[in-house]
Amino acid sequence: MKKMFVVAASLLILAAFFGVMAMTLTFGSPKVTDMDDYFLRHGQEQTGSNNECTAVVFDFRGFDTLGESTVLFCAIMGAALMFRKMQGGEEHEDE
Amino acid sequence: MSRIVRTAADILYPTILIFGLYIVAHGHLTPGGGFQGGAVIATGGALVIVAYSYKEVTGWLKKNVLLGREVIGLVGFIGVALLALAFGQVFFFNYLAGSGSLFGMPVPYGINAGELNTAGVLPLMNFAVGIEIWGGLTIVILYMLSGLEKEGC
Amino acid sequence: MLWNLPFITVVVLTLIGLATVLLKKNIIKILLGINILESAVNLFLIALGYRGGGVAPIFTLAPSELMVLPTPQALVLTSIVIGVATSALVLSFAMVLKKRYGTVDINKIRRLHG
Repeated sequence: MKKMFVVAASLLILAAFFGVMAMTLTFGSPKVTDMDDYFLRHGQEQTGSNNECTAVVFDFRGFDTLGESTVLFCAIMGAALMFRKMQGGEEHEDE
Repeated sequence: MSRIVRTAADILYPTILIFGLYIVAHGHLTPGGGFQGGAVIATGGALVIVAYSYKEVTGWLKKNVLLGREVIGLVGFIGVALLALAFGQVFFFNYLAGSGSLFGMPVPYGINAGELNTAGVLPLMNFAVGIEIWGGLTIVILYMLSGLEKEGC
Repeated sequence: MLWNLPFITVVVLTLIGLATVLLKKNIIKILLGINILESAVNLFLIALGYRGGGVAPIFTLAPSELMVLPTPQALVLTSIVIGVATSALVLSFAMVLKKRYGTVDINKIRRLHG
């Protein structure tokens, strides 16, 4: 019972804190847009694509996509590695 | 599963495959790209896995081929980016945009109808990432199904 | 208060996700709480980059030339893919744990088995 009381009180304090922070934001007018204005104005002549999201993901910010592909590859290798020893104790699986 | 479900999965699987490849290939003109199209193609694979039993599915979708597909996707993505070093530019430079070769038609500023051979390195990267996501998500579903079968639940 | 509705939804989703992670005892429910937290963060990132009356940042047959910011959408794409990878890994851990211990209650998976 004591643990639930402490968790509920801390969640209420967090709710008040986040609520006050969310009220100070305005929806529909971002404050700093210099980088995105440059992307929208020069994106077509520098990358040659009509889709600005794909140009930002693969050309202007290509390192983030490289890191994300590597993380996905390693996670899938890890998930596939967990099911190796469950094949009834065989030495190696023969597919 | 019953005969109706198996027939519907037979008819729907090539349609889903073509739709997913369309989303991947037109990633520089319409909303979409490599990640979204790869997820759509993996959904087609999941439909076939649900409709048929485990023994029949293991005969069609082999695990080695799917793993090889995922590795080829990631190596192709890094290789296309490394090829910019051979042209004298920095890593990840777009060396095909604006020139007259494979995917390089210049695009004027403004609202236009969109041509297919315009965006340089971007369609090649889209294909590489699409193949990687297709192999990766299908291999996860297949391994989880094989782990379930051995337990006997 | 209605004009800030996306940000209020973000606060509610964050609190629901945090309460689920802290108070539940089943591994699958804790994983669902992590997914709800991830959705709240993605919604917050996209809601930050909206311009009033703007369209999608695509130049193919666009209705107008006032567009929303494209950079938060690129960040959210990466975040969604990493969330999928995390969920796949935790689910395969849960399957192996159930086979080893016989239960998915985190209070009973305490000591090293065998």
